[in-house]
Amino acid sequence: MTMIFGIPIQAFLGQLLIGLINGSFYALLSLGLAVIFGLLRVINFAHGAQYMLGAFVALLLLQYFGINYWLALFLAPLIIGLLGALIERSMLSRLYKLDHLYGLLFTFGLALTIEGTFRYLYGAAGQPYSVPTALAGGTNLGFMFLPIYRGWVVVISLIACIGTWLLIEKTKLGSYLRAATENAVLVQAFGVNVPLLLTFTYGFGAALAAFAGVLAAPIYQVSPLMGSNLIIVVFAVVVVGGMGSIMGAIITGYMLGIAEGLTKVFYPEASNIVIFVIMAIVLLIRPAGLFGRDA
Amino acid sequence: MKTLLQVAGLNAWYGESHVLHGVDMTVGEGEMITILGRNGVGKTTTLRTIMGILRERKGQIIFDGKDMMDVPLHRTAHAGIGFVPEERGIFATLTVEENLMLPPVVAGNGMSLEEIYDLFPNLQERRHSPGTKLSGGEQQMLAIARILRTGVRLLILDEPTEGLAPVIVQRIGEVLRKLKDRGMTVLLVEQNFRFASRVADRFYLMDHGQMVADFPVRELPERMDMLHSVLGV
Repeated sequence: MTMIFGIPIQAFLGQLLIGLINGSFYALLSLGLAVIFGLLRVINFAHGAQYMLGAFVALLLLQYFGINYWLALFLAPLIIGLLGALIERSMLSRLYKLDHLYGLLFTFGLALTIEGTFRYLYGAAGQPYSVPTALAGGTNLGFMFLPIYRGWVVVISLIACIGTWLLIEKTKLGSYLRAATENAVLVQAFGVNVPLLLTFTYGFGAALAAFAGVLAAPIYQVSPLMGSNLIIVVFAVVVVGGMGSIMGAIITGYMLGIAEGLTKVFYPEASNIVIFVIMAIVLLIRPAGLFGRDA
Repeated sequence: MKTLLQVAGLNAWYGESHVLHGVDMTVGEGEMITILGRNGVGKTTTLRTIMGILRERKGQIIFDGKDMMDVPLHRTAHAGIGFVPEERGIFATLTVEENLMLPPVVAGNGMSLEEIYDLFPNLQERRHSPGTKLSGGEQQMLAIARILRTGVRLLILDEPTEGLAPVIVQRIGEVLRKLKDRGMTVLLVEQNFRFASRVADRFYLMDHGQMVADFPVRELPERMDMLHSVLGV
């Protein structure tokens, strides 16, 4: 058997791939957080709840309307994005004049309310959501058996991440977003409707979380607490990457997913804490994060 | 001359601090007006209040016959007022060209990109560099250029020559005269008295949050003693 660092290569590559899949979710979610934080300066604690809502909307669309995965992958982010925009417009936007802490507290309260409501309605147990038939089954990579659906998650997440990056870095709308992140008042004085831009951004961030939620549904089951389990790790990812850095959030998401996967190979006991250890070290050495601008 | 901007009894506050105490001024179409005054008398605040950035305000601002008091900040530019702030406001995460293209075009009579690059050749050469990699003078040119694209009728400039080398100051003077020839109305705050006397048609002298004098450029020589005492120059 081929060995690498005293570990069978199958195990090594297998965990690498699992790390990449987890990293896909970390990247998608921390990207949404980074986009929202960059412009709104709000640490969106409701991000995990919006991820969970994405998965639930997909499940409910299937149960009540027979709407399949592919349509849900489009509809659930749209619905949660609109809901996010509504929440920003009607509630969150009232807090911008106050300290940023109030935005965090508001979204934290929102997350607890949403999760509590869904727990009341659907119980804490997970509900299965089946893999779409086109992506069922698996393929033998030689070193491991890869469920096709998980390969799809890696690919589509990467596309979504790159698409978001292109939207922000290469389009006119993106230039408004970047400029407003630096100096919102001036951008508004130029005639850009910045309040609308903020609403769009929050809605977009929520939609990204919901998109990740739909992708997660067939892998992790749909449960009211699926988001709160994940969101703490994602916050650690954002801290390591640097608050507000778009590319930083994406790269760090994949990097830490892989670091976590590889830790499972070499020292399984540490795999649950490795991301937080890295976060602590980064905070001590480079508080602005690996990709933060003002380190 | 048609009045383009009419300001009457304008008061403004920064929180508790009452900064403008009834500013009155008129700006005619095609005029170039300079507000003079010592530091802290409310010159920048006057510009920011007219622009609508400072919202704690009372009084009257009428632009081109339209009451501007209830117009939200993001609609001010669409009414035809462009703003070049004191700190220039060049965005670091945008390239020179992105900075240039950022403000939405609000009317059809703005300069085309070709005309702007003709007027500011440096900006074309450096269009792909990050905005803040430009020199101070180039950043000021960029801050003015991006407003010229939009087709606004009134250009508000806050200390355009601050901290710039004499040769750049001269260049900005040339640009302002070209704009005047095109019929642009300009309202500027300026500490550089020599520069101001070369570009302005008319002056407002400000003290303690009010306009205390108003005179055309030809009266400058006879007003010098009074200016010396008020400005302390």
